Amino acid sequence: MTARTLVEKIWDEHVVADLSGGLDLLHVDRHLVHDLSGPPSLGMLAARGLAVRNPELTFAMPDHTVSTAVGRTDADTNAGRLLVPALRERTHAEGIRLFDLDDVEQGIVHVVGPELGLTLPGVTVLCGDSHTCTHGGLGALGWGIGSSDLTHVLATQTIVQRRPKQMRVTCSGSLAAGVEPKDLVLQLIGEHGADGASGFAVEYAGSAIASMPVEGRMTLCNLTMEFGAKIGIVAPDEATFDYVAGRRYAPTGAHWDQALAAWRELSSDEDAAFDREIEIDASAVSPQITWGTSPAHTMALDGKIPDPGQARDPAARLARSKALEYMGLSAGEQLLGLPVQHVFLGSCANSRLSDLQRAAQVVRGRHVAQGVRAWVVPGSQSVRREAEALGLDRIFTAAGFEWREPGCSMCLAVNDEVVPAGERCVSTSNRNFVGRQGPGARTHLAGVATAAAAAIEGHIADPRPLARVA
Amino acid sequence: MERFTSVQGRAIPLPVPDIDTDVITPIKRVMQGGDALTRYAFESLRYTPDGALNPDCPLNQEVYRDAPILLAGANFACGSSRETAVWAVRGLGIRCIIAPSFGDIFFDSCFENGLLPVALPQIELDALADEAAAGEFSVDLERCEVTTPSGRTIAFAVHPLQREALLGGRDSIELTLGREPEISEFQRRDRELRPWVYELAGDT
Repeated sequence: MTARTLVEKIWDEHVVADLSGGLDLLHVDRHLVHDLSGPPSLGMLAARGLAVRNPELTFAMPDHTVSTAVGRTDADTNAGRLLVPALRERTHAEGIRLFDLDDVEQGIVHVVGPELGLTLPGVTVLCGDSHTCTHGGLGALGWGIGSSDLTHVLATQTIVQRRPKQMRVTCSGSLAAGVEPKDLVLQLIGEHGADGASGFAVEYAGSAIASMPVEGRMTLCNLTMEFGAKIGIVAPDEATFDYVAGRRYAPTGAHWDQALAAWRELSSDEDAAFDREIEIDASAVSPQITWGTSPAHTMALDGKIPDPGQARDPAARLARSKALEYMGLSAGEQLLGLPVQHVFLGSCANSRLSDLQRAAQVVRGRHVAQGVRAWVVPGSQSVRREAEALGLDRIFTAAGFEWREPGCSMCLAVNDEVVPAGERCVSTSNRNFVGRQGPGARTHLAGVATAAAAAIEGHIADPRPLARVA
Repeated sequence: MERFTSVQGRAIPLPVPDIDTDVITPIKRVMQGGDALTRYAFESLRYTPDGALNPDCPLNQEVYRDAPILLAGANFACGSSRETAVWAVRGLGIRCIIAPSFGDIFFDSCFENGLLPVALPQIELDALADEAAAGEFSVDLERCEVTTPSGRTIAFAVHPLQREALLGGRDSIELTLGREPEISEFQRRDRELRPWVYELAGDT
């Protein structure tokens, strides 16, 4: 048999029918449904007189539209008032397991799926959310879909998909102290563009990935969408198996042994052919922050905003000038020292326990600067509980952070939690698009330590002098 | 679903790279419902910050009113999976988007909504944009050809199955429901090979 990549192996195992010309009908092992995209498609399904084909492989939770205020109800947000009851009603009618707003496991789909053991190595995970690539951190093949495809998955438990081109990003060396997986992937996107991996599935490999904790791999895979690829993946290894073992829906007993044997086969063959290979020296990656309105508009934290004139073509030069105008910045300016009014620690990119631990190292014993609204929005109830057991909540609240309930919150601001027009936010989320955090909001994407440092200093600051090992 | 065979008309040049789906349909407008999706499509490009129509945006220019073709920049509709972006573009009367590259999720969603996405090299896009002011284009899906106002023809590729679905006005759910026996058979075999995928611990 010809040598295959990891993605090709998982792909081949899921082909229900070869539709010819590179299109396949693939089986969907796990379908995650949330409050923003779920109800409309569940409605479309019912309108066509169809039922959910495999409700036992479908799991739902509200995350996008819900308030993250302590003591919340679904009536607290304009969108949630409509969509959360609709999700409740439709999932109940279809027999889909719902982790409701008051469930002890509620949270962001891409945080909850892995932590409950719904996401497993080698499974296909689909969700009506572009950041479904996150699940690749566990060696699952995950990608986001639109409403029509979501309805298709509900109706048939399959998806029609074009076989992607194969890319490998090999990260040699290891990340320096104080440098995060987020910095690595932002630098990658900055160098190769927001469409650098368009049409590809991206496998991350190399020593920096082998030594990266599973939660960091999820951050890396999460941002792959901003690199232009629907799919990002890391081959599962012992760290992955340790992460999965014992989780609520993970296999047990004989099934575990059988699964583990299969999962150990999940890696790219040594002589597998990739359509494109990129190599990065992870040791040379430095903390990043974005200056513009695309995740590709990134720079070294201590650098200067690049001149739009250096962009690859006239259209990109114009886009970069417009981005600077929107952000209220100029080429050649430093970002260090730039005052900020908001700090958002959260989102499916960076809201897991290790992220909160990293932020707490910067925050502990210090106080949020005057004039800064600083939020911690844990990714799930489980993350929230574990963090509280470690006393992290007290570190944050003593410093003046708000310690909130899980949800997507200020990442996409569909729950009335917004950054006001013209104000500046350092955010651990994954998108700095025009108006993403609210009309006129100015977003700087960064890792958790950089975001935490901005909250403490009141301006964009290097976290490394502040970070202390617990 | 509305069939697509061919369209004829003006092509709007919008050569901005990385136009994301938050720009095409800002989340606030998604939630407003009604005609807000279309009225505020490309809001930050079509409107000035004070809410007036921006006369510099080609989407607002009289010459391109009701134009069925959009000549877009690279990585068009990157970002979120929201299909509202497709619906908003359709709502503006656009039936075909030609761009150097697309957001992958948006690209697939187009075919489910009677919208034809065509990928052509940047150099080809630049040449098309140069002719945009000159007159009408046509895009023929039967022949897989774009014809410019000057009569130049450019061939494009589209997957045969997706082409057939657009020509016939059929979405993929219709096609896949016909494969139910294959899906059942796949699950029967797969359940033996990977029982842990189907028999979940947890609630039971």
